[in-house]
Amino acid sequence: MALRRKDILTLEDMSVQEMQAILDNASSFKEILGRDIKKVPTLRGKSILTLFYEASTRTRTSFELAGKYLSADTVNIATTTSAIVKGETLKDTAWTVEAMGIDCIVMRHPIAGAPHFLARICQASIVNAGDGMHEHPTQGLLDMFSIAERKGRLKGLKVAIIGDIFHSRVARSNIWGLGKMGADVWLAGPSTLIPPEVERMGETFGSRGGRLRVTCRVEEAIEAADVVMVLRLQLERQKKGLFPSIREYARLFGVDRRRLALAKDDFILMHPGPMNRGVEIASNAADADYSVIIDQVTNGVAVRMAVLYLLLGGGGGEEAVADKGGEVR
Amino acid sequence: MKLIIKGGLVADPVTGKTELLDVVVEDGRVVRLDKPPTGADRTAMVIDATGQVVLPGLIDAHTHLREPGQEHKEDIASGTAAAALGGFTTVAAMANTDPVIDSRTEVEFVLKRAAETGLVNVLPVGAVTKGQKGEELAELGDMAEAGAVAFSDDGQAIANAELMRCALEYAKMFGRPIIDHCQDESLTNEGVMHQGYWSTILGLRGIPAAAEEVQVARDIILAGRTGGRLHLTHLSSAGSLDLLRWAKERGLPVTADVTPHHLSLTDEVVRRLDYDTGTKVNPPFRSQRDLEALRQAVGEGLIDLIATDHAPHHFDDKDVEYNYASFGIVGLETAVGLVVTNLVEPGILDWAGVARLMSLGPARLFGLKAKGRLEAGGDADLTIIDPKAEWTVDPAGFASKGRNTPFGGMVLRGRVTATIVRGRPVVLDGKLVEQ
Amino acid sequence: MILQPKAQIMDKAAIDRALRRVAHEIVEKNQGTQGLVFIGIRRRGVPLAERLRDNVRDIEGKEVPLGVLDITLYRDDLTTRSDAPEVHRTEVPCSVQGRKIVLCDDVLYTGRTVRAALDAIMDLGRPQAIQLAVLIDRGHRELPIRADYVGKNVPTSGREVIEVKFKEIDDTEDKVLIVEKVEE
Repeated sequence: MALRRKDILTLEDMSVQEMQAILDNASSFKEILGRDIKKVPTLRGKSILTLFYEASTRTRTSFELAGKYLSADTVNIATTTSAIVKGETLKDTAWTVEAMGIDCIVMRHPIAGAPHFLARICQASIVNAGDGMHEHPTQGLLDMFSIAERKGRLKGLKVAIIGDIFHSRVARSNIWGLGKMGADVWLAGPSTLIPPEVERMGETFGSRGGRLRVTCRVEEAIEAADVVMVLRLQLERQKKGLFPSIREYARLFGVDRRRLALAKDDFILMHPGPMNRGVEIASNAADADYSVIIDQVTNGVAVRMAVLYLLLGGGGGEEAVADKGGEVR
Repeated sequence: MKLIIKGGLVADPVTGKTELLDVVVEDGRVVRLDKPPTGADRTAMVIDATGQVVLPGLIDAHTHLREPGQEHKEDIASGTAAAALGGFTTVAAMANTDPVIDSRTEVEFVLKRAAETGLVNVLPVGAVTKGQKGEELAELGDMAEAGAVAFSDDGQAIANAELMRCALEYAKMFGRPIIDHCQDESLTNEGVMHQGYWSTILGLRGIPAAAEEVQVARDIILAGRTGGRLHLTHLSSAGSLDLLRWAKERGLPVTADVTPHHLSLTDEVVRRLDYDTGTKVNPPFRSQRDLEALRQAVGEGLIDLIATDHAPHHFDDKDVEYNYASFGIVGLETAVGLVVTNLVEPGILDWAGVARLMSLGPARLFGLKAKGRLEAGGDADLTIIDPKAEWTVDPAGFASKGRNTPFGGMVLRGRVTATIVRGRPVVLDGKLVEQ
Repeated sequence: MILQPKAQIMDKAAIDRALRRVAHEIVEKNQGTQGLVFIGIRRRGVPLAERLRDNVRDIEGKEVPLGVLDITLYRDDLTTRSDAPEVHRTEVPCSVQGRKIVLCDDVLYTGRTVRAALDAIMDLGRPQAIQLAVLIDRGHRELPIRADYVGKNVPTSGREVIEVKFKEIDDTEDKVLIVEKVEE
């Protein structure tokens, strides 16, 4: 039941079965995170490169620890400037590290589609750790895992995603993932930060999928929600005239206790981090009991362990041992 | 030299008729068109065009030959070879070379290089502004005198409205059109594809249709006020077509072209080909609704001509992340196949229509009296097409140095079998003739 | 290749008798149940461990803790399989530190599963001792591993496979079968 794929680039092209497999495995890996000895020998001899063209703390660390807990060797290349500016193309960088025997490249890149380009030219498995405004599939998976862990299911839940949908790869991965798993997804934010024709994504969720609704009224999205997911607002967007001021944004679209009172009694609050406290999310909300923001971080490691295990754990191809039920004796 | 093209179906873009005629050519001119059979003539070379379509030589009003300065992308020799294989007997060379074709010197250079190395006729297009910087008018009069057939800052739009007004007003004196690449830069927003559903899904910045439409509207108003000839190149959106229709209904001096690729694909191709940079082109592939509107506009005669916007790039300029890749696709060698497959086969266009859009239309744009139709006394530029031949697009086999196309591997109908330039065959049996 | 049933070598009564004996041996060897933990290897080691615990309760009147071990992540054949098998949770209710672990599995064959299980237990802590209980020992060891408690020794050929059925998992009466690999 492994993933029959070389790369993980999007949740758009991932089936419900594949997503479910990752979530199921992730709960087993979470148990390992609770042990004194947080290490299993599974990926001994495999090497993983984290190649980050954008600044990142939690995602890069999360992948690195996930690899290390599975006994893989992990190395990091971080550059905040583009490779092209520095003179080396992405292709040359990729071929160089592949020649050193890297089995998996975890890449974050400011340009949408860059991991697809990498996947086409590399033998190594590619995991998209965020590409431009496109997708961040492991974030989507860890959010789904965090929701399912608290709610016991995804189907039928009302999930409100609030903020800068336009520039958010986290939103896109969550819309695909949650929608296909049957949640009712609501998007809310200023009209200038809602991407064109986004509501059409809902038409492709499939027969088991949920619905997608778009509104500019945060209250409408939060009302009776099971989950409220707040997105990070990139403050430099203001300079482009997409909204007039931080103050007005916080007033009209900020998530605070008053607005959260509209949600279901047992709702949970999420944020992919890093937070702008007092802008998109109020501090007293972020630190309240219903916040699972810290759980999201822990679950991120478990989900990434599952992803790395499922991508790199197999690999024997034709010589696969055909024993029944996956058991050895 | 005498040449007889026998047994082909000759399309006349003026009368709209197609009939079986033998075309007799002598000394670079069409001597007469005969009802077959034409009497045997031992001194003449005979091309058997039975089952094929004979068109007045195709003219591409929008080609980037890249010479001088970017010969690693294309040069006049390779670009005109690609043109010949694509059935084009004449191409208009755009001015965004390095240096820019913005004075008599560069115009003469292009004409001289074309005479030395070109396989087909090359018509230089001069820049509208010095260095295409959009600041001061280039010497349009001097360039017109040296042989520039039109003026364009293509590669970018003319952002300054007053400058555009002056250009139209000034170029009017020489009877030359201004060709504008319509795009309001303040609306393109660093976009790399059409702004719509697929840009949302793919997370790529979008170029809204409004970026084109706003500038089309501005240009039409300026053309109306000045009476200068305006040609809108590579229109891509349904909204632009509405504006064009408005202008034509009022008799304004406005013409327009669309490209074969915009008549073939939508923005969905960026998803289908997984961010393949061969799909990155400006203006971008638009929505299904736009594609249908473009095809309909071609069918109903609103569009004056089809032009390729052949934009060759080096492999390295496309083998990068999507945002870093250059805009543009090569078009000369796929134009006929795309037009036949997507317009002729579905019945949107007949062969006389093809002749009108790909030969007469561009001939009229540039005021070429002896080109654009087959008649006694006219230039013996001819294109012969096998309308039923199926072939697979193989970029590696292109004569162009550019391989940047989203059509690789696609099966197309309609193949150029012969191209005759001033009475001389440069392509026979679909292959370049050894010179 | 197909698997063809050849013979039934144990029925429910025989299994019950064997496990009762093994339970007595465990209590005898450990002089009671002090510090004991049963750990079953997923999947069929788990019902085996449960039955041994139940038998020990009947004999001694004491409740021995029971854990479940998933050894997927410790397998030595992961890279030779075409896909990664699903990982299930390891659930051991108490610390293994200083305890006497009775590791339970249905069949002992090459010894590779037990090797993986030993590593998995070591990663949970440092037990005082690990003992091994199996229902069937069919020989053909590839590693220097032996069982402390054996329900039944069954000499087999390499072409034969032992199939243990437990009602909790297999939805059938408890039994042990020998099946043979036959070329089609």
